[in-house]
Amino acid sequence: MITRRIALLGVAVAAFVVAVPALAADDLNLPRQAVALVAPPFVHPHEQATKEAPKIIEFKLVITEKEVVIDEAGTKFQAMTFNGSMPGPLMVVHEGDYVEVTLVNPETNAMPHNIDFHAATGALGGGALTHVNPGEQVVLRWKATRTGTFIYHCAPEGMIPWHVVSGMHGTVMVLPRDGLKNREGKALRYDRLYYVGENDLYVPKDEKGQYKSYETVGESFADTTEVMRKLIPTHVVFNGKVGALTGKNAMTSKVGETVMIVHSQANRDSRPHLIGGHGDYVWETGKFVNPPEKDLETWFIRGGSAGAALYTFRQPGIYAYVNHNLIEAVELGATAHFKVEGKWNNDLMTQVQPPGPILPGKSSAADAVVKTR
Amino acid sequence: MLLAMKIKAAITAAVLASPIALTVAPVAHPVDSAITEIAAKPFQYRLAGDFSRDGKPAPAPLREALLAASIKIMNRQVTAGEYARCADDGRCPKIPQASAMAERPMVGVSWRDATAYAEWMTNKTGVLHRLPTDEEWVFAAGQKVREEALPLVDPVDPAQAWIARYEAEANRARPGALDPQPVGAFGRNENGLLDVGGNIWEWTNSCFLRMTLEPTGAARVTNTNCGVRVVQGAHRTYMTDFIRDPRTGGCAAGVPPANLGFRLVVEDKNWPALQRMIVATFTPG
Repeated sequence: MITRRIALLGVAVAAFVVAVPALAADDLNLPRQAVALVAPPFVHPHEQATKEAPKIIEFKLVITEKEVVIDEAGTKFQAMTFNGSMPGPLMVVHEGDYVEVTLVNPETNAMPHNIDFHAATGALGGGALTHVNPGEQVVLRWKATRTGTFIYHCAPEGMIPWHVVSGMHGTVMVLPRDGLKNREGKALRYDRLYYVGENDLYVPKDEKGQYKSYETVGESFADTTEVMRKLIPTHVVFNGKVGALTGKNAMTSKVGETVMIVHSQANRDSRPHLIGGHGDYVWETGKFVNPPEKDLETWFIRGGSAGAALYTFRQPGIYAYVNHNLIEAVELGATAHFKVEGKWNNDLMTQVQPPGPILPGKSSAADAVVKTR
Repeated sequence: MLLAMKIKAAITAAVLASPIALTVAPVAHPVDSAITEIAAKPFQYRLAGDFSRDGKPAPAPLREALLAASIKIMNRQVTAGEYARCADDGRCPKIPQASAMAERPMVGVSWRDATAYAEWMTNKTGVLHRLPTDEEWVFAAGQKVREEALPLVDPVDPAQAWIARYEAEANRARPGALDPQPVGAFGRNENGLLDVGGNIWEWTNSCFLRMTLEPTGAARVTNTNCGVRVVQGAHRTYMTDFIRDPRTGGCAAGVPPANLGFRLVVEDKNWPALQRMIVATFTPG
């Protein structure tokens, strides 16, 4: 897939790129901060509001092509990832900061890659300036001029959708420098943040209907594209795998705690819903300059965007966080769980009568209907 | 109810057909069906279903039980090859298996499929074949039965039990392989039964019951749902009778069974046994 000419060209470009960071540091006289990224659903430590002046925030993304298991049946999948996770890590900066990303494509990979930041302006979101062959790295800097949650994804010519649905997407969150606000301008804060990245996966099957596995990413391309073109995913999962956020990996919280859930879908529409809870404040389109909507039951994440929801848990127990196309949630995998500790509030809900025989003669709303017939 | 009626009708039809089967000389059990006879002896049995006392959830009572007679049960699960013969005869729904594994246990079967297979075997051999009841399964499973007392739901604060149950279920050991393994891969129990509590859960004939515990200790059935059957394996669960893939039902938010399969019990005396089964299946209490 990579010709010798392209490979040689890559070497030349790499030689040029190496000199760039030093120049950049000189022409932009701002303090620098290197941030170590962490794998979803977690996020690196960050300030929600900051009194500091804009900085250059440095991130490093290492592209990893690898085989992963995507369901409990052990279905193998040739993934392409940023930093080894599906989705890639969430990066948090503040409006006015400069995001400086070192994108590394190790020699062990087979594919050329790049990165398109929806939050960035120009050059196809940086895609046109970041093509790296295996054995190369590139450094791109862009200014965070708009607040909100924004997708980033790989976008190599001719193979964009395949790279995206193979795992190469993540989210950048640009916070207002003075933090999040509600419609009235009152500050909103969260105690915890979880990043849920939704992946639609298209795994080819053999003539017996069994999922096929491939030795390398490249070998999976033709068959996978054929499945993709029918637009029906075989799996719709959160964080790369059926059950990645359930059981021992369930997200946790406690009554009274406010959780922010950032939800991204780089390719296809989704509709998150917290079963038994709500979205207190939801930036459905993810852009913080717009006032958040209140008290939502389900919110819509447009394919190619990330949204953010704040919720303060009021009741303990197990909550399911699903894509409320329930076929996708239950049959295809788009289900996560929250385990919430705390004390039950009988005022909010109580079981007045446990399940039992239907008693005749007792006055109830249901009986009244029967009687009027 | 309508569903139960239909099944009842189906079984009645089988009963009516059975005298014809009886006119031919009873055929010995096929060699490969490998029936083990276990003599009745007392055993501990925790009742299946949902229990309450004074309107509050109560733990399922643990009882000393004794089957009325010895039990003759397959020492292994029905294989894909055996099931395929019933499907080829047009008496069982065709269910494609993962790969050419005729010698391995049949999986992906619903209670209805398993029941159809049992009826086919009954007609073919003149000997009553049926799914075991939950009591029979527990008796035959012996030491392989895992006693799991999940926390009770306290109506004052139900969430604590949900969280505890969720954690217990999440901590259950998962079978290493999900695909059906060769017969015997999960070992033999003290009664000679193979693969009990392996990666295949087995259908029983027992219906889901909701019961009230009386002050005397007696359990009074307040609701019988035969659209849901008790499923047994590494843990007990309840499953709607037409489910073939357990991942889409059962076990709440925890770990669902990996596969659904079955083994059968056989009875020599046809008619009274079938009658008993119908009574047991469709009469509350």
